[in-house]
Amino acid sequence: MTKVGKPEQMIVNGKRLDGRELEQFRPINIEVGILKRAEGSAVFKFGSTYALSAVYGPRELHPKHLQDPQQAVLRCRYSMAPFSTTERVRPGRSRRGTEISMVLNEALANVLFFEDFPKTGIDVFVEILQADASTRCAGLNAASLALVDAGVPMKDFISSCSVGKVDGKIVLDLFGLEDNFGDADLAFATIGNKDKIVLMQLDGIVKKEELLQMINLAKKGCSEIYEKQKQALKEKYKTGEEDVENE
Amino acid sequence: MESEILVKERQLVIPGETLARGLDYLPSTGCFRVDNEIRAKVMGLVRVKDRFITIVPLAGVYSPRSGDGVIGFIEDMQTTIWIVDINSPYDAILLLGEAVSEYVDLNKTDISIFYDIGDIIYAKVLNVSKSKQVQLTMNDYRARKLIGGRILKITPSKVPRLIGKEGSMIELIKDKTKCQIIVGQNGVVWIKGEKEGLATKAVLTVDSESHTTGLTDRVSELLEGGD
Repeated sequence: MTKVGKPEQMIVNGKRLDGRELEQFRPINIEVGILKRAEGSAVFKFGSTYALSAVYGPRELHPKHLQDPQQAVLRCRYSMAPFSTTERVRPGRSRRGTEISMVLNEALANVLFFEDFPKTGIDVFVEILQADASTRCAGLNAASLALVDAGVPMKDFISSCSVGKVDGKIVLDLFGLEDNFGDADLAFATIGNKDKIVLMQLDGIVKKEELLQMINLAKKGCSEIYEKQKQALKEKYKTGEEDVENE
Repeated sequence: MESEILVKERQLVIPGETLARGLDYLPSTGCFRVDNEIRAKVMGLVRVKDRFITIVPLAGVYSPRSGDGVIGFIEDMQTTIWIVDINSPYDAILLLGEAVSEYVDLNKTDISIFYDIGDIIYAKVLNVSKSKQVQLTMNDYRARKLIGGRILKITPSKVPRLIGKEGSMIELIKDKTKCQIIVGQNGVVWIKGEKEGLATKAVLTVDSESHTTGLTDRVSELLEGGD
């Protein structure tokens, strides 16, 4: 397979290389409750980026010395499947995997009610089945949905998306080529549609005004993701009878 | 300060959704207060009783409560206690004194003659300490060892739906399938009798459709048609 070099132009006639507008998401697909044996699960796709998340718990935490007698312990594990990219990802722990696991853990910790389940552990697994950039964002969205699906008490959702600078323009939801050859990419997450940021990681060099523009666009993007997450959950339990009396 | 409730009875809500404003309403299970608002903690159906707003969750683990009748699995034992898996993040213990009323000479007897590892029991939760240590007791008219039959697990918050108003749903299933059925508050269900397969199907239907209406009729139909 030949390696793709940097394209001459990333934005042609106001459209990106995959035909999208500057501030347009890739097609988003969400499925909740896809793994029957997990407490909760969800799939979140940004175009070709597929993230699968499974939640187990709250459950007894082993090893025992990790137990916190006053609250639950959140353990997040981000991993890329060996077949998720065109070049095989070596299975097992990687530094990148450990970093992203930590970052997802910190983001989710903002919305969980840890005191409700002392001594237990809540395990959140994020597995990237196909990677086309913005994997940690897709993973975080999936993890958030999986936690709700599992019935774990939460203050709100976490909604995440990526923005970047490509050919000098600020764009929403980077895909592979843009992530590799763009000028900068910013992974971003908020608490639902509220003005609270729980994840922000920038890769690249931008001016201050550009960064503020990117943050604004990311907030708008996250708000849109939030609406889609809510919709996906309500779809799962749609009964078609919203105005009924008690049976 | 004006208080207003923003949701209807049986409305489906998701975590973070605002249920009410003002200080007149009080958050109960599944809700929490942030400043002037009451919000949902879990995804579920709204229940309003007087000034209390509750969410009946559509999913979630079992949190043991004193007085609950639960079906447990004997996992381990020590000289005078049994460790019981009650389908919860917290294991429970059953003390010898709460399980056996006669005198037991520990020098001559191994307590496995009463309950052994792998046995299934229906017990009552005696109490739950602040550090979530759960104690069970067999000192209840319903408590006993369950022999034979089959076990299935449903979402604990759906147990009231499975039992039905005044036991209507569970009696319907028991009647049509000629089975004994015991439902633990912890979501574990024991079925033993003639048409265990049909009863299982009915129970699983209630579990997956508990949030809908017309369920009793549908379960009735399922039971009529079955074998």
